[in-house]
Amino acid sequence: MHKGKGIKVIISMIGLDGHTTGGEIVARVLRDAGFEVIYLGATQTPEMILKAAIQEDVDAIGISSHASNFHQIEYLVELLKDNGMGDVPVICGGNIPKHVASRLKGNGIAEVFPPGSSSAQIIDYVTANARGAARKSA
Amino acid sequence: MVEAGSDDIQAVTAALARGDIRACARIISRVERAEEDLVPLLRALYKAGGRAQVVGVTGPPGAGKSSLVSQMIRVWRKRGKRVAVLAVDPSSPFSGGAVLGDRLRMADHTCDDGVFIRSMASRGQLGGLAKAAGDVLTVLDAMDWDVIVVETVGVGQNETAIIRHADVVVLVQTPMGGDDVQAAKAGINEIGDIYVVNKGDHPEADRTVSQIRDMITLDHHLHPESTWIRPVVKTQSILGQGVEDLADAVQQWFDHVRNHPETAAARARHRVRHRTAEIIRDTLDKRLLRDEEQIVDSMIDQVVSRHRDPYTLADSLLAGMA
Repeated sequence: MHKGKGIKVIISMIGLDGHTTGGEIVARVLRDAGFEVIYLGATQTPEMILKAAIQEDVDAIGISSHASNFHQIEYLVELLKDNGMGDVPVICGGNIPKHVASRLKGNGIAEVFPPGSSSAQIIDYVTANARGAARKSA
Repeated sequence: MVEAGSDDIQAVTAALARGDIRACARIISRVERAEEDLVPLLRALYKAGGRAQVVGVTGPPGAGKSSLVSQMIRVWRKRGKRVAVLAVDPSSPFSGGAVLGDRLRMADHTCDDGVFIRSMASRGQLGGLAKAAGDVLTVLDAMDWDVIVVETVGVGQNETAIIRHADVVVLVQTPMGGDDVQAAKAGINEIGDIYVVNKGDHPEADRTVSQIRDMITLDHHLHPESTWIRPVVKTQSILGQGVEDLADAVQQWFDHVRNHPETAAARARHRVRHRTAEIIRDTLDKRLLRDEEQIVDSMIDQVVSRHRDPYTLADSLLAGMA
């Protein structure tokens, strides 16, 4: 039932994208599935998300995107790799065109959830792919 | 999983001493997972600690604790202090999950290497903190922080665990918190060393300040032996108003206890007593509730069948610990 037990996840917007509703809904969905969600809110730079991920020692990062600069998401993935956090998956959701979604996935973004994705899909994906998933199932 | 052998202990202690944030963050995660092999490390870290000023911040939900902490960090950084924050938010009693939103209010300091912020879910612990909070403080205190802030969950009338962990307690309240009878009640009202009335632009703010001052004045008449006159500071955390005064009040507390070593010693002894009791309870909880030890199981069966009684079982378990 509570698949997220012991999994810590950041939910954030990136750059100047100020649309917080989607991220807040996903934060609630994950909370109700037992995850511990660190909600960073809007106006976060990739560097800020990196620092938060290091200090909070999170297992996954979710970026909610309504009108984001997608290069910043790719830059976040690079920063994580350069700082020894490459095993923390970056997952995107929101208003992301298909061709951009495939570009993001080619550039290290773990998964993209388009509009219409179900809560169950998101919960199952994060549960299975968060860092430490092996630790949990062991 | 790395065993906390002596090499590991030395390596981790050294990493923390040189301010390795990643090492710190990972050890805190292991503490949260209650890994049993951490005790030798925590023993070593406890001995390495004791330098930082541990400032507890508590108060009801939405009073502005996190925003106020963010403003206090700004003032402390201006004064050259390095600051760590442990911010606790509640876990769901239904799913066990949590939305930890304290860090959001402190975003100004995210990229400052002189600041470390860690969010923590209460994971069912009553009292306003998380079960692992004491051990996390031990980890942070082994590092080079000048100030460690512990922010509790939003509390009600009766969550006072913070007094067992902090050197000084800042109690944040808001205007319209109730009348003078509310202020006379036992519990949360008693535990502040420093009182804050946040949202100071509210028309009722000054009245709330006077109510708290009245309560404190009466306390000093009833307990004249107390040497610390508890200050009341009006703040407006969004604008940072009153926050310099609040940081001054915190510093005055530490100056006060330096001049009154008996106060500091009494506090320290009180904390060690409670911390030790907490460790004993945790240890017993693990042995009794995890249902893993055959010998405990068989003793429990004897109590179930009424061949023994729970008082004797408790004595045996306690005797086995010593």
